[in-house]
Amino acid sequence: MSLEDLKEELSKVVEPANIRSRQHEKDGFFLEVEAKAKEVEALAKAALEADCFLESITAADFTEGVQIIYQFNSFSSVSRTLVRVQLARDESVPTISSIYDAALWYEREVFDLYGIRFDNHPDLRRILLPEDADFHPLLKDYGKVHAFRSTEEIYGE
Amino acid sequence: MAAWQKLVNYLGPDLTVIIVGLVGVLALVQVNALFLVWLERKVAAHIQLRIGPKEVGPFGILQTIVDGVKLVSKELITPRHVDKKLFMLAPVAIFLPVLVSFVVIPFSENLQIRDLNVGLLVIFAFSTFNVLAILMGGWASNNKYSLLGAVRSVAQNIAYEIPLLLTVLSALLWSNSLQMSAIVESQSTVWNAFWMPVAALIYLICATAETNRAPFDIPEAESALVAGFHTEYGGMRFALFFLAEYSNMLIVAAVATTLFFGGWKPLPLLGFLPVPGVIWFLAKTYVLIFVVIWVRWTFPRLRFDQLMNFCWKIMIPAALLHLIVYAGIIKLIR
Amino acid sequence: MANEFLEPITEQTFYLNMGPQHPSTHGVLRLFLKLDGEYIVEADPIIGYGHRGHEKMAESHLYEQFLPNSSRMDYLAGLIFNHGYVAAVEKMAGIAVPPRAEYIRVICAELNRISSHLLWFGTYIMDLGGFTPFLYCFDDRENILDILDRVSGSRLTYSYCRFGGVARDLDDEFIESTRKFIDRLRSRWNDYHNLVTKNVIFIHRAKDVGVINRELALRFGCTGPILRAAGVAYDIRRAEPYSIYSEFDFEIPTGTTGDALDRYMVRLQEMEQSLRIVEQALDKLPEGPFRAAVPHKVRPPKGDYYFAVESARGALGYYIVSDGTSYPYRLKARVPSYGNLQVLTDVLPGTLVADTISILGSIDIVVPEVDR
Repeated sequence: MSLEDLKEELSKVVEPANIRSRQHEKDGFFLEVEAKAKEVEALAKAALEADCFLESITAADFTEGVQIIYQFNSFSSVSRTLVRVQLARDESVPTISSIYDAALWYEREVFDLYGIRFDNHPDLRRILLPEDADFHPLLKDYGKVHAFRSTEEIYGE
Repeated sequence: MAAWQKLVNYLGPDLTVIIVGLVGVLALVQVNALFLVWLERKVAAHIQLRIGPKEVGPFGILQTIVDGVKLVSKELITPRHVDKKLFMLAPVAIFLPVLVSFVVIPFSENLQIRDLNVGLLVIFAFSTFNVLAILMGGWASNNKYSLLGAVRSVAQNIAYEIPLLLTVLSALLWSNSLQMSAIVESQSTVWNAFWMPVAALIYLICATAETNRAPFDIPEAESALVAGFHTEYGGMRFALFFLAEYSNMLIVAAVATTLFFGGWKPLPLLGFLPVPGVIWFLAKTYVLIFVVIWVRWTFPRLRFDQLMNFCWKIMIPAALLHLIVYAGIIKLIR
Repeated sequence: MANEFLEPITEQTFYLNMGPQHPSTHGVLRLFLKLDGEYIVEADPIIGYGHRGHEKMAESHLYEQFLPNSSRMDYLAGLIFNHGYVAAVEKMAGIAVPPRAEYIRVICAELNRISSHLLWFGTYIMDLGGFTPFLYCFDDRENILDILDRVSGSRLTYSYCRFGGVARDLDDEFIESTRKFIDRLRSRWNDYHNLVTKNVIFIHRAKDVGVINRELALRFGCTGPILRAAGVAYDIRRAEPYSIYSEFDFEIPTGTTGDALDRYMVRLQEMEQSLRIVEQALDKLPEGPFRAAVPHKVRPPKGDYYFAVESARGALGYYIVSDGTSYPYRLKARVPSYGNLQVLTDVLPGTLVADTISILGSIDIVVPEVDR
């Protein structure tokens, strides 16, 4: 599926204004989508329809809250799409593990390192840290932290 | 009369022979184990482009003795929840029957402790103790891996005994007797291996399976089950399992030599050489053992169900067919 | 699901723990299996025994200081991880790399790929019970390690790439010993094929074992030889050419069914293709500087970036969020073994325990990169 078609598929789920093109040579992404937590499942279904695979789910901690980053890509033509979901503190996200099995472990890792809960995840337990750990290491209030910024500082113009 | 002559008179000739023979057998088993461990390590090393033990003694010959001393000096740890009686009995039970089997092996015309007229049957009867001892060891260890290894070993041993005995029957059809010396005598014209090669091959394959050697070594497969049924054994107990395996290899090769390769008889055209029968016997036995070691370090391992399939679907029909065909041939010859 | 088995007469399942200390799980991996006799009902890989917190370390270290960390994540393909990291930061900061440095990086990365595959080959056959090929492979691998040791200073965890090039230049001895090595390894393929590939026992252990088809690979995000064995010719060196891979002529070997035998053949053929790349690179190696002048503390512009390379095990990616200072704000390494390992939860149920070793070996994971 070409990039234009992919963009069309995604714009059925999310407002087209939130879909931006990016320059692949410069930063590795073709498309960037800003989504809300409740749109994530529909986005994942659209990506599966478009024959994309889930490349990774990761997260970054900002002052407003944790931002979850989904990456979709496809085998046939590189169409790496970045989906950004900015959460408030203590907000949770619906899981996409019923659509992509890869999400089972990626979401467990985000939960383990950031403390984000994924609703309806069948097996949300820690994956990298010991089961009885009571901290989430990659949050910016744990351990040695060099900088703690807001999304405006990094992504703002 | 000297003191030893008085002793021999008192015990009687038969008992003296047995005692001397048993002491000799014990010595042979120990020396054989020492030699075989060294041989295996050297052969494995050269196949793998290495050298093997070379520091301790010339060519590393004394390496095994040193390893033996180390094993003997280790603490005998008994894990807490094992079945103590069975746990301690298993290594003994696996080693003693092998010793007893040596009583009937014909090393030469005169070097046979006891020429029982059911000699071959004695050997096979005692070798089935192997199965029982492995099961004891695996069960008593209170360890899932050991149990899996022991169960697999029992299934494998019982399955491969059938084609083993069927091919042995083929050789017995020719010799008409279970007496080991008679079997060797029946090969005075031509060795059994030359006119029943399939039987010799099947026997060797089954023998490899019986002694749990690769490619049939799933019961002790290190990479899948840590160490199988002897995981929990350490020190001298492990040494006994080891000794039993190498002694078993010697017995099995000795029986193959007797049944198929002419026992202590010289090679067909070299009878004029002044080499005693026992040297021929040992040479043939060790060549067979070398082949078994060679196979071990060349091939990967069969998966357990493939191993069992191979036995039930290929070996047993082949052995049966062989028996029927050769029964017909021997009837025609006689 | 691989095999069918009879309706269980009784509920006879029991739990078996493989690892974390086990000779065949390559690294500290724990496979928690629920068995019904010899068949696996459920499999749960438990990881995290080697979690060292590389990503947290990255946030409080300079970009330059993270360089040694990158090769310690996957120590078998350390140069490729290095290469990916420095190329990612160079793209962010707009640093140009002289052509000679690019060629040197490609040569060393492909040599690293070969040494990783050789180690996989040896350990896979050893797990299946054939102890001998392991030593032959290590013999070949020693050559590569010596070659790379001469130029970078370390045998396994290299920190050879620098921003703007490489740390040291190649000398004639390197080129000569690499050419000799290429000839030597090419003469070994016959030995390996005769000893292993044509061996009936090995074929029985690997054929139709652990089938991972395209659909399964898509759902789990598997990349690398697993995906290529399923028939998808997806290789980052072709799909998103980085460095100078577009100048080389090499093929992407694929399989048909996606069983362990296909994965095995794909990796063997990949080694040959890597040899081709090294040969072409040595022929075309230009003169020039091996390192560009780069500011002392690299300061990439703000934003988030992703850079993908093809590691020995699959698609490796670095996702870096930069806040404009010389410390990364967030660095995530998307490692190929993470998705590749997870596929075991779907492939293992229905297979025999003895096949677990074969499947695990053919997937080729390195647990430290999963744990980071």
